[in-house]
Amino acid sequence: VTLKVKVDRDKCQGHARCAALAPELFALDELGNAREKGDGTVPEALAEKAYLAKANCPEEAIEVEEKA
Amino acid sequence: MTRPPVNDWSTDFDHLDPRWVENPYPIWDELREKCPVAHTERFRGVYFPSRYEDVRAVAYDTEHFSSRRIIVRETPPPRIPAPPITSDPPEHRPAKNLLLPAFTPDAIREHEPRTREICARLVAGFAGKAGCDAAADYAQEIPVRVIAVMLGLPEEEGDRFRKWIHEILEAGITRPDILMKAMGETSAYFQAEIDNRKSAPREDLITQLSRATIDGQPITEDHLLGALRLILIAGIDTTWSAIGSCFWHLAQHPDDRRRLVSQPELIPTAVEEFLRAYAPVTMAREVIKDVEIGGCPFKAGEMVLLSFPAANRDPRMFPDADRVVIDRKANRHAAFGLGIHRCIGSNLARMEITVALQEWLKRIPDFHLDPAAKVTWSEGTVRGPRKLPVLFG
Repeated sequence: VTLKVKVDRDKCQGHARCAALAPELFALDELGNAREKGDGTVPEALAEKAYLAKANCPEEAIEVEEKA
Repeated sequence: MTRPPVNDWSTDFDHLDPRWVENPYPIWDELREKCPVAHTERFRGVYFPSRYEDVRAVAYDTEHFSSRRIIVRETPPPRIPAPPITSDPPEHRPAKNLLLPAFTPDAIREHEPRTREICARLVAGFAGKAGCDAAADYAQEIPVRVIAVMLGLPEEEGDRFRKWIHEILEAGITRPDILMKAMGETSAYFQAEIDNRKSAPREDLITQLSRATIDGQPITEDHLLGALRLILIAGIDTTWSAIGSCFWHLAQHPDDRRRLVSQPELIPTAVEEFLRAYAPVTMAREVIKDVEIGGCPFKAGEMVLLSFPAANRDPRMFPDADRVVIDRKANRHAAFGLGIHRCIGSNLARMEITVALQEWLKRIPDFHLDPAAKVTWSEGTVRGPRKLPVLFG
């Protein structure tokens, strides 16, 4: 299974929890709003961090997609 | 001032009632199960949703709920804009984008060394004594100095700022005359600072914002004064309260304290849990169109207390909601609000709280509440300890 993270830019309000908890997977723009790094592919070692970021986003703006 | 006593929190709540001020959590727990949207005729009609999902629904619904009034007061004053917190769409977004770049995590990181220096200096001032007032001698002194530095104002102006904040957020709830006087004073104060910078610009937020434009147009003087007043007011007693609540908790929970001393890397996670459990800020909204939320009709013209602190204690959202679990993993708390009005200063507050804990715990790992003294709490929009006498050792 490959994981991919995606930030819903309409829902994100810049709480910046994802970038704090999983800086390898998320970056912030000049206003502090988040987006996934690259195409969002999650290296296996970072799977737990991807779910941690999702579980701490107050706006529920993060999706973790599982692809077989 | 004495207020008529409350007999029924569901139909006649009063957030200035001494029981609510002292310990609101049992009241909210009861309301959440019995009457998830409480109401009062006091303050000319106010609703109080206590469940996370209803608080979220109100926060997201800018069509029926306006931010033009964000504090429940006995007598509503003329509207006092403090953009973006008092703005609704579509004016909200450009007003907020103006302030956001100065408050991103990267921008805030630059203020960390100075914050650490301020905290260390304060701790050094009392570490050799038997104890201190952790609220008055420590928590309240940190954000006021950091905000002053950011705005470009003297660090020593703290007393003046705190007086205005008390007048605007607490005393002004029942006394419009006090409120309006403080508004006049803050405007005059900032106007003078803006004028000074016209001839001699500095590297500070006042200079930066006085040059700000929206759609190529300079912002109005009222907008600028409102935004500066917002930064001053919203950035100080909120964070002071959050820091104070951390110490109130740690003074009574030696296990948590020892754990943070031996595992300082856990402090940022613990800060999120303190923010959840002791969220300081309750905002308000004005109902501008009739609507139903959580099965309860909301009538236009009345106010809503938007209690992020109550939402954060909802067991439907947080397992063991009434327990402070300092290593809580999943913590989608709403201490900084939800939706478009997410607190601009959240990254600043998190940095200040974290540094305040780190610097204190390094020097003073052991402390407890002074059994001979009483802890007192602020009332109204922001909840936090105002007197917190602790003994060291």
